[in-house]
Amino acid sequence: MVQYFQSHFDASFGALSDPTRRGVLEQLGRADASITVLAERFHMTLTGMKKHVGVLEQAGLVTTQKVGRVRTCRLGRRGLQEEAAWIEKYRQLWSARFDELDNVVEELNRKERIHGRKKRK
Amino acid sequence: MDEKRGSDATPTKNHTTLERKSAREVVVTRTVNAPARLVFEAWTKAELFRRWWVPKSYGQTLLSCELDVRVGGQYRLVFPYEDSTMEFFGTYLEVTPHSRLVWTNDEGDSGKTITTVTFEESAGKTLLVVHDLYPTEEAVDTGSTGALPEALDQLDELLASL
Repeated sequence: MVQYFQSHFDASFGALSDPTRRGVLEQLGRADASITVLAERFHMTLTGMKKHVGVLEQAGLVTTQKVGRVRTCRLGRRGLQEEAAWIEKYRQLWSARFDELDNVVEELNRKERIHGRKKRK
Repeated sequence: MDEKRGSDATPTKNHTTLERKSAREVVVTRTVNAPARLVFEAWTKAELFRRWWVPKSYGQTLLSCELDVRVGGQYRLVFPYEDSTMEFFGTYLEVTPHSRLVWTNDEGDSGKTITTVTFEESAGKTLLVVHDLYPTEEAVDTGSTGALPEALDQLDELLASL
């Protein structure tokens, strides 16, 4: 599992570590967009956006296609879905765990209120 | 990742976020509505820890849970697995009451992961930040350790397979 995690996810998680790139993925999740549109949307130069898209493309998260003078970007489905699924699964485990933690802590809190606060650290 | 459509979540529950900080780091955050000292207790007393670490909804229980929470102390979690058991274990590297825990995960065979948990109290609530650093070459070289995230992957698989 660890090997899988590392080899498979390194490039894409590196790509995901940047907020602009995550934003681009989110945007592309709604609709395909040209580099120009993305650059405007994220207040960047064309060159800057091309670099971000390049990183996403290398990680297999985005594919691009040039028609005439317009390069259209879309989500690279497979990679993104796998990752989103992994992240979501992991988040759900923690979320379920923390919900149980709430119960335990609430109980501690109640006990403390009943016994009155002896001392505070 | 930012807000997902959390419409199915119970509104009273705080939101758990998970983010990839880099290729080898995962950060999970969650606010708990209680002071840090109580939350810390739930992370460091075995009889409390075992009640929440494996969510009930996963239908699994720990066979045993030993936490020797002090610098250099060991922890060991044992789960039933097929006809046998599966163990997760490691060492506490840092223990700062009510604010910080660092531990390693030693059962992996491809390097170790380090988990750092911080407890930040504000206005009676505690922000928990769980930071997992997956093995790097340097980490392996220096023999520093690995932690529960890796175990979690395995645990998750294990639980999913039941």
